Amino acid sequence: MHDDTRRRLMLASAAALALPPLVARAQGTKLRLGLMLPYTGTYAQLGVAIENGLKLAVAQAGGKLGGREVEFVRVDDESDPAKATDNVNRLVTRDKVDVLIGSVHSGVVMAMVKVARETDTLLIIPNAGAGAATGALCAPNIFRTSFSNWQPAYPLGKVMIERGHRTAVFISWKYAAGEEAAAGFKEGFTAAGGKIVKELYLPFPNVEFQALLTQIASLKPDAVSCFFSGAGAVKFVKDYAAAGLKDKIPLYGVGFLTEGVLHAQGDDAEGLLTTLHYADSLDNPRNKAFRAAYTKASNNMEPDVFAVQGYDTGLLLAQALDKVKGDLSNRAAVVAALENAVVDSPRGPWKMSRAHNPIQDIYLRRAEKGVNKVVGVAWKALEDPARGCKL
Amino acid sequence: MRWLALPFDTFAIQLLNAVQYGLLLFLVASGLTLVFGIMGVINLAHGSFYMIGAYLAWSLAEHFGNLGIAIVVGVALSLLIGAALEWLFIRRLYDRDHLYQVLLTYGLILIVEELRSIVWGDDVHAVPVPDWLAASIPLTDTLSYPVYRLWISGVCIALAIAMAFVIQRTRIGMTIRAGASNREMAQSLGIDIRFVQLVVFAVGIALAAFAGMIAAPVSSVFPGMGNQVIIICFVVVVIGGIGSVKGALVAALLIGLVDTFGKVLELEVAGIPVLPELAGMSVYVLMAIVLLWRPEGLFGKRAP
Repeated sequence: MHDDTRRRLMLASAAALALPPLVARAQGTKLRLGLMLPYTGTYAQLGVAIENGLKLAVAQAGGKLGGREVEFVRVDDESDPAKATDNVNRLVTRDKVDVLIGSVHSGVVMAMVKVARETDTLLIIPNAGAGAATGALCAPNIFRTSFSNWQPAYPLGKVMIERGHRTAVFISWKYAAGEEAAAGFKEGFTAAGGKIVKELYLPFPNVEFQALLTQIASLKPDAVSCFFSGAGAVKFVKDYAAAGLKDKIPLYGVGFLTEGVLHAQGDDAEGLLTTLHYADSLDNPRNKAFRAAYTKASNNMEPDVFAVQGYDTGLLLAQALDKVKGDLSNRAAVVAALENAVVDSPRGPWKMSRAHNPIQDIYLRRAEKGVNKVVGVAWKALEDPARGCKL
Repeated sequence: MRWLALPFDTFAIQLLNAVQYGLLLFLVASGLTLVFGIMGVINLAHGSFYMIGAYLAWSLAEHFGNLGIAIVVGVALSLLIGAALEWLFIRRLYDRDHLYQVLLTYGLILIVEELRSIVWGDDVHAVPVPDWLAASIPLTDTLSYPVYRLWISGVCIALAIAMAFVIQRTRIGMTIRAGASNREMAQSLGIDIRFVQLVVFAVGIALAAFAGMIAAPVSSVFPGMGNQVIIICFVVVVIGGIGSVKGALVAALLIGLVDTFGKVLELEVAGIPVLPELAGMSVYVLMAIVLLWRPEGLFGKRAP
């Protein structure tokens, strides 16, 4: 018995010793995509939507990118910037991924940008809109398939001026995304001839809006523009209506205000005008086909703007990798392929700006009976100014 | 130093906002101070039951089609949950160090959050305001005040009076106070201290859940909503003095004032903007000042 056990142990050890090179060679042919997304916490659903969208695009490309099998390495980043550097280092150093994909939270993405710059790893950002990622910290190996915080906010100013509002109050949380959106809105609104009476901020994620609503009522601007999302957006829209402001001072917002929360906002959101690079109701064959395919592939889940961004990440990779025939060793060729790709997205075709952020149409949407109906294009082919980027 | 003064009518409305926010804070914090002060148990999961209350209000209101019935059923349910938790877990911790309580109740936060995700999902929900409270009172030509918010304030005041009455003027209150000041002595006088503790903990949980229920229509219902209130609740308890319901009321109103006016007043010191830039800190600055002045809190008992 003992001998038998020992022999088996030795055989097993020998096998184990023999195995790693075999595995390594097999991995060499597979394309390793490192997904660093939130799978738990507040943003868990966004992470899942992005992954589903990405996987749909890969499946539609025949399960291969540039002729190579794809292997996904997933890390739950928990939307925790404190753990982000360790998480991304693990993907780059231990798992040796070919492409990093992530994430939702801006703080996490800033850590990813830093590591990507240091290790020269390809990074594709499928959501976080932090301006610096394709601005002051832009790099040849860093791309974004979503938006910059400036982008959907900028056209809002023109939209409001066109509707006769000359003065406005802007309100948001005091955090990076809110302040970047504020800068975008301010630039667009003043360029169109408007005047910002006041900017109001709450500490993030405080939702006690009553004091600031009182202030808006006493300032009496022509209109109010805001940047909120998620549960805070629900409460803000409801409080705004409950304070009797909805019919007196029109409310406008960056599109996230009514994304995924319209049913909870109910009648209080009815008629709200928002700007975003996508709308569920976009009436084009590409979007309809995407929505049908996504719903079928993801257990009857409805796709949202985040699913589209994940999907576009997959489309972009498929196109670029086909171009270089799956060979990532020539970095210059890969970057050129990513830069020149025209992504046939459900949001409408777009391509990369010089700073590697989408040049895309921003839509004007009106909330009607629980749907963000597209009213028109608020700004055609809008490019983020990418201040501080030297690409 | 430069102040930007508010016009009187705006000031008056902001004062109303401050009192209204303070009263809501008191409602959430009162259960915490009760459990903390009388039983010596630090319940970190207090905020989680605020969230559970909000989710109960949402799901029961959908089921019964009436927020009033939802609240009655929800309070009954949360009393049961509180009693069960005390009987199963908390009971074993009275003689242990606070660290064990912190560990256990922190574990409860994680478990409750996960159960909430399994039972109700991770979506944001809204609870409609009951029709008879849905109106608004116009205050100025642009601003109206929702009647529901005033109603919440009324409920909070009624509850504060009821709590003070029960604790100070009734036999039950007397046994609770006796148990709080000397457990062994009360026990040897024939008071069933175990039962008193079971009731107090259950009531504490029910108060948190009740606060979540009546706040649900104005705050909306979402995952992690308890974590936002628990910190500010501890600030209320610490400023007010541990275990003092009167202290909690005064502290909550103070915090309401500081938070509201911290957001809307404009203050510059030596050309550097202080408010509203640092509004997020104002409440904690208040706490620091109170603790420097009276380390035991405004109405706390001095350590012997």
